[in-house]
Amino acid sequence: AAGSGKMAAEAAVGQVVLPGDVLLLPARPDHDAERLPLGPEAAPRGRLLCGPGLRRCAAGLLVTKCGLLRHRQPGGGGGAAAGGAYWVDSQQKRYVPVKGDQVIGIVTARAGDVFRLDVGGSEQASLSYLAFEGATKRNRPNVQVGDLVYGQFLVANKDMEPEMVCMDSSGKASGMGVIGQDGFLFKVSLGLIRKLLAPKCEIIQELSQLYPFELVLGMNGRIWVKAKTVQQTLIIVNILEACEYMTSEQRKQALAKLSGN
Amino acid sequence: MRETPLSNCERRFLLRAVREGKRLDGRQCYDYRNVRISFGPDRGCCVVELGRTRVLGQVSCELVPPKPNRATEGILFFNLELSPMAAPGFEPGRQSELLVKLNRLIERCLRNSKCIDTESLCVVAGEKVWQIRVDLHLLNHDGNIIDAASIAAIVALCHFRRPDVSVQGEEVTVYSPEERDPVPLSIHHMPVCVSFAFFQQGTYLLVDPSEREERVMDGLLVIAMNKHREICTIQSSGGIMLVMDQVLRCSKITAVKVAEITELIQKALENDQKVRKEGGKFGFAESIPNQKITAFKMESAAVDTNNVEEQAEEIITKADPPSEVFATPILHAPGTAQIGEGIGNSWEDLEESEREEEVEEEGESEAATSECQRMETEDTSTISKAKDEPIVLSDSEEEEVVILEPQEVPNKTRTQTTSKQENTSKKTFNKRRRKKRAAR
Repeated sequence: AAGSGKMAAEAAVGQVVLPGDVLLLPARPDHDAERLPLGPEAAPRGRLLCGPGLRRCAAGLLVTKCGLLRHRQPGGGGGAAAGGAYWVDSQQKRYVPVKGDQVIGIVTARAGDVFRLDVGGSEQASLSYLAFEGATKRNRPNVQVGDLVYGQFLVANKDMEPEMVCMDSSGKASGMGVIGQDGFLFKVSLGLIRKLLAPKCEIIQELSQLYPFELVLGMNGRIWVKAKTVQQTLIIVNILEACEYMTSEQRKQALAKLSGN
Repeated sequence: MRETPLSNCERRFLLRAVREGKRLDGRQCYDYRNVRISFGPDRGCCVVELGRTRVLGQVSCELVPPKPNRATEGILFFNLELSPMAAPGFEPGRQSELLVKLNRLIERCLRNSKCIDTESLCVVAGEKVWQIRVDLHLLNHDGNIIDAASIAAIVALCHFRRPDVSVQGEEVTVYSPEERDPVPLSIHHMPVCVSFAFFQQGTYLLVDPSEREERVMDGLLVIAMNKHREICTIQSSGGIMLVMDQVLRCSKITAVKVAEITELIQKALENDQKVRKEGGKFGFAESIPNQKITAFKMESAAVDTNNVEEQAEEIITKADPPSEVFATPILHAPGTAQIGEGIGNSWEDLEESEREEEVEEEGESEAATSECQRMETEDTSTISKAKDEPIVLSDSEEEEVVILEPQEVPNKTRTQTTSKQENTSKKTFNKRRRKKRAAR
């Protein structure tokens, strides 16, 4: 399947795909009116979601990033991906702002009514001082240059500079805002962040049994950790950084050694 | 690109950690990171890794006319480049302050200390001398570029071999590597730089600062020394006031570190020499380790496949041999026909097969494939049917197999292909067998 680059989408799930590969989707039921499909071989109803790393093209889906192809089965009851979703799991360290992502930004400047934040992308993001919960023209948030802010992207495309807000659509903070003074910030790859954000992540569960700590994960690869002492914070930082290359047995051994001390 | 700014909480945390004597990677204050030296296939090419800081060094030589005021000496040229690969803040065209400072330091350390005998590089006095050019490229910036660069430079120079030259009167013959073995450069001693980072006006001192520590330090002291405890270069930057006994203490630490590093360099050079002599494989491909990313790796589930083989064997021994294939089509109704009755159900007990479905896919497919292989040896004519059968049952999402009696089919207005008909007939057959067994 390496040569031509055209293959059926279902066949390629779980395999490595390269940019330029074309994935052919099964024919839609409308095209074949005489045949009523029965049973599990039915073509998926609803919209097929084309996730990161893929683009629609005439023949089907065009791969734009190299990685493993993943597929989610058609779920029940008409969500956004009622017809199933395809995406590419790729590994990268450089972040590209995406609308809706929650990231950790570093304040670099105050320019009048907006703060300029560095989020690791090609442009600095802007954050209005009114975009915090309970902020008014008189009641400004206490944000200094060099502070860490956890917010989400309101606008993020390649034509405009990204805009961030620290509240959700109803005006509530829901965990976003200025991150406290202590603690430590470090950077990991984007793939590790997605793995840590997965529900019921083993790493986080095992770490929480070690010491109590506060953790903020930004989709731009930045992690903020705070534990009681400097030593504990450093241990958590080192374990999270090492999780990239450790298998789960090695991680369990390392944690067992630490909790034994 | 712009350099990522340092946030206040990082700065505060790092200074607090330094005050408590803790470093980010768990080192002690006077500990160096791991130094790894690997050589490339060419002579004079090496990569030095100091923790995650990586520097590539390459030495090359050329015959040139000498400098007018130094007619009998060869020329040494050092060039350190900060590639944008190393850190986002480095841009290729810009001549930054850091770059100038590093280049000057390397030159002072290696040229002014006369570690290379330049007189030996002279071929014809006043006309031809060897110009030795050392190119250093920073591949990754994780702090302490100067130490890694100085180690890379001296290692590359020791590793390098220049072509042999003979002078007969007016004639100069440069031998190619095939004609005569290339000659090593004559190196008197190996100077190595050691960096010290100072915090809080000289109160706290860290050896070999990492990139984060470099961002928050007050000042930097670099001492270049060789293993004979001779100081080649000493430079203090950052404007900190240093007391005499601090500097003396640093020089004592340097002596210890340089001895260790020089030993490491000697060992690396010897290893490489040995490998080349024995004809073994050498080069970067052998020495740089692979790092596998486990972020997307799915851990293999622990599947108990102990019983599966036994069960599979049982089933096969109890199975009836498959019946013969009927070639003539049987017409049930207009528009539907059946070829053959499908193979007999070799899954003795359907409940047993459902239990097997609870076992992981691997176990099932193993049993299926092993069964398939055995079926092949038994009856080659029914190979395709044997492969079809296990799949029919496992793919079905329905708990119960739908009974499709042949008479009912024409009610559903559709045309069936023969394979579909065979499937339904198999299902019918299985259901009939189940009913038969239930009736017993």
